[in-house]
Amino acid sequence: MISKFLSALFKHIDSVLLACVLFAMLVGLLVLYSASGQEFSRVSAQMINMSVALVAMWVVANIPPQQIERIAIPAYIVGVLLLIAVALFGDISHGARRWLNIGITKIQPSELLKLASPIMLAWYFSKRESNLTAIDFFIAALILAVPVLLIMKQPDLGTAMLVTASGFYVIFFAGLSWRFILGGIALVGALSPVFWSLLHDYQRRRIEILIDPTQDPLGSGYHIIQSTIAIGSGGMTGKGWLNGTQTQLDFLPERTTDFIFAVFGEEFGMIGNMLLLLLFAIIIARGFVIAAQAKSTFSRLLAGSISMTFFTYCFVNMGMVSGILPVVGVPLPLISYGGTSMLTLGLGFGLLMSIQTHKRLVATG
Amino acid sequence: MAYSTELRNHQNEQHNFRVRLTIAALIALVTFSALGLRFYYLQVNRYDYYHTLAESNRISIVPISPNRGLILDRNGVVLAHNFFVYTLEVTPSKISNLDTTIADLGQMVEISAIDLKRFKKLKAESHSFESVPIRTHLNEIEAAKFAVNRYRFPGVELKSRLYRHYPQGELGTHAVGYISRINERDLAQLKEDNVISNYKGTDHIGKGGVEQAYERELHGTTGFQQVEINADGKAVRVLSSAAPTSGNNIVLSIDAKLQAIAEKAFGERRGSLVAIQPKTGEVLGFVSMPTFNPNLFVDGIDYDNWNLLNNSLDKPLINRALKGIYPPGSTFKPFVALAGLENGKREPPYSIQDAGYYTLPNSRHRYRDWKPSGHGTVDMRKAITISCDTFFYGLAMELGIERLTDFVRHFGFGQKTEIDIRGEVSGLLPTPEWKKRRFKQPWYMGETVIVGIGQGYTLTTPMQLAYATATLANQGTAIRPHIVNAVVNSKTHVVTPIPHTVLDKIDLKMQNLEIVKAGMVDVTLPGGTAASVGANAGYSIAAKTGTAQVIGIKQNEKYNEKSINERHRDHALFIAYAPADDPKIALAVIVENGGHGGSAAGPIARKVMDYFLLGKEPPEDAPKAELPLPTTALGEASTVVNAEEEHYD
Repeated sequence: MISKFLSALFKHIDSVLLACVLFAMLVGLLVLYSASGQEFSRVSAQMINMSVALVAMWVVANIPPQQIERIAIPAYIVGVLLLIAVALFGDISHGARRWLNIGITKIQPSELLKLASPIMLAWYFSKRESNLTAIDFFIAALILAVPVLLIMKQPDLGTAMLVTASGFYVIFFAGLSWRFILGGIALVGALSPVFWSLLHDYQRRRIEILIDPTQDPLGSGYHIIQSTIAIGSGGMTGKGWLNGTQTQLDFLPERTTDFIFAVFGEEFGMIGNMLLLLLFAIIIARGFVIAAQAKSTFSRLLAGSISMTFFTYCFVNMGMVSGILPVVGVPLPLISYGGTSMLTLGLGFGLLMSIQTHKRLVATG
Repeated sequence: MAYSTELRNHQNEQHNFRVRLTIAALIALVTFSALGLRFYYLQVNRYDYYHTLAESNRISIVPISPNRGLILDRNGVVLAHNFFVYTLEVTPSKISNLDTTIADLGQMVEISAIDLKRFKKLKAESHSFESVPIRTHLNEIEAAKFAVNRYRFPGVELKSRLYRHYPQGELGTHAVGYISRINERDLAQLKEDNVISNYKGTDHIGKGGVEQAYERELHGTTGFQQVEINADGKAVRVLSSAAPTSGNNIVLSIDAKLQAIAEKAFGERRGSLVAIQPKTGEVLGFVSMPTFNPNLFVDGIDYDNWNLLNNSLDKPLINRALKGIYPPGSTFKPFVALAGLENGKREPPYSIQDAGYYTLPNSRHRYRDWKPSGHGTVDMRKAITISCDTFFYGLAMELGIERLTDFVRHFGFGQKTEIDIRGEVSGLLPTPEWKKRRFKQPWYMGETVIVGIGQGYTLTTPMQLAYATATLANQGTAIRPHIVNAVVNSKTHVVTPIPHTVLDKIDLKMQNLEIVKAGMVDVTLPGGTAASVGANAGYSIAAKTGTAQVIGIKQNEKYNEKSINERHRDHALFIAYAPADDPKIALAVIVENGGHGGSAAGPIARKVMDYFLLGKEPPEDAPKAELPLPTTALGEASTVVNAEEEHYD
């Protein structure tokens, strides 16, 4: 009876993914406890965020991909409408208009688009399936550009970048010609000096600081200086959990959110970092396996994009905290404190599981 | 056939997909390896370096705060500047026994009870590793004494800090504002505005007035030094640095002398005066009485002085010019008059027979004139001159509340004037919709009647009233009022003037304006309600007096000034512009509980106009004592002013 119930409960859960996600969440809670000055309130709030994400993951995992395909257009349209609503009536905080007050609670529609955009694009390509022409890629670029431009206008460059990435991966997996990709890279390379010469001095300065934060040691450079000291001083084995001096002595800013990786690196050292990289790599690899085995165009494009987007999160965050990428507001997935990004992750993993566990149905249909 | 192509396509597509997937996996592998190498570099290769950095946190970034910009009046009189003072600062975390250290310090330099109180307050507000001033304004001898004995006091430092000082003391504090220590709320705001890094090393921020509104200009850009420090936290060498950029200087439109004359004329009375140059919107005088000494706030105000200011019945901390709301009383009448003329409700020969009261049709309620016996035959011009209530009761009724408020709203009533300092309130111009929203009650006709004489729900700020008067003087062209004339770049010395913005151009007929002006000019001539104000002026003044009730008077009761508590007496109001034919100054004066506008508020306005138009200054008497700073109690200061005032009248 109980075993029957359990098997029904886990029928659509991918055990490899689930194990990795739970393990990463556990690590996240430990680091968060240390980063928040051993205060339990943050940790318990994060546990609620994680529970919500896990429930969302379970629900989505139980919905077959064909159903998800059906909501591609409505989800995309609602998302874009909400973004327009934000632009018109959104609440302003920290100088940007990102939140929409819908009476009961505030929502951040740009977060929704991180999944709605790749779903929409995967749907589009699956409809056009084997007759793709250059026009299709042009239309796909248009589908992606609308929400991205709206998000950039808020302005929220970090999210705009991630939405662009998630959409681009779909387009890439759908088979965008190499000529376009390499040509695009060449074009950007060729045009950037021209673009640079058109900028005002203060705009250039802002970009320079973004690329090399040490030029602004009182502002964003301070974060990087302190976080590299934290990671570097962790050494091979780390200073031990709750013993990171940079962390515990208040030197590290934003150490529960975007810079939480510095806390991890300081306390668990090189060995901890490598193990965390490995854990993330397993999650990404599992996503790739699911994508490779997927039976429909929609499923494989979506699974590929979700896996690559997760990879982007990991790489951009760790790269920025360790000082090899510019500082943009991207959290470390499953580890950083925050409810919205956790929920998006839960939904993403749910989609992967749904794709993996509904294959037989697809094959017959 | 078709099926097989599709199948082949399908397989083909899957093959392509897997190729791409492999490429993606390779990219992920390469970038993750790059991350791994980066970790290796940081944590193994350069471990020693970062380890030592973390151990002693050897690199310290020392911000260098910029000089705050100066604030000058329109003629270059300094209203706010900076000077260096020696301060003695203590870092609590570096001291084992704070009490004995303070006791030892007290043997060398005087540390008063007030100093100690402030120190304790600041200490509670800051981290233990931050240095907190225990004594400010040390003189040379005290500084030298400490320097010699410095070795005895680890954790105590003699610092030379730049202090803000307001050389004019209490003068125009509500316009200039003041600075005080950055608090939690300011910090949150700075973070939100994304300028927090520019405030590293800065302890103070503008509060109120120009200091607050032009904070960005005044503050400047913080410089920094990246220094290597030894284990004691002493800087060993400078690794890199960038010099700070001083804040920009601000030139006000305020005339400090005019401001001083106006404030002196108020004496101990409460109230407000705003004077504007009608053609440019420049605010010449911005008075809110009583005022207070901004220097008290620079160091962090002590408890006693704060209590004195905050709990005073006179509420000196409130900016009456922007936040004080008063019924405009009869000063509203010229605007109602113009509304009547422009709407064609009153053609010039029209006159009424005033029996001393007005009644609505089918009602016995009497709306009484201020003159119980009535004014006899009254036309528009005379109605303004003698401030005939009955005339305006009827006019308001005929206009109706909507037409009346729609018209006067153009003069800024019920709205913010958009002056360039913060905290302005919008006053109130009542309409039936407003009443429905606010009280869920219908509008009564009687309420329209009393709006005609500026009573009822109508509320204005002195700023609004001055703005409306300036707009009237400017024949309907409304200019945005501003208290700052120009910003002077500290580096380039380039002067950026604040532009004159036309907010509204009210379409008015010249002959109507002439009638209102004639009525207002007569106000200051023999027979008018403020004849004494115009006496021997040498220029013509268009003016209107007003009184605003503080408490309601019952239908059959008589208002008796003497029997009423001083704080329940009527407010005295006065608006004027001069010279009437080519207005150079427009102003509004409110004297709280002053009684009659003509006698209480009018003379203040006259002194201001005499100075501005003729350069005449009131006779100088007992020289105003230079107030020692910053411990002078407020009470002393006001007694000095009061003594002068008595002599003066």
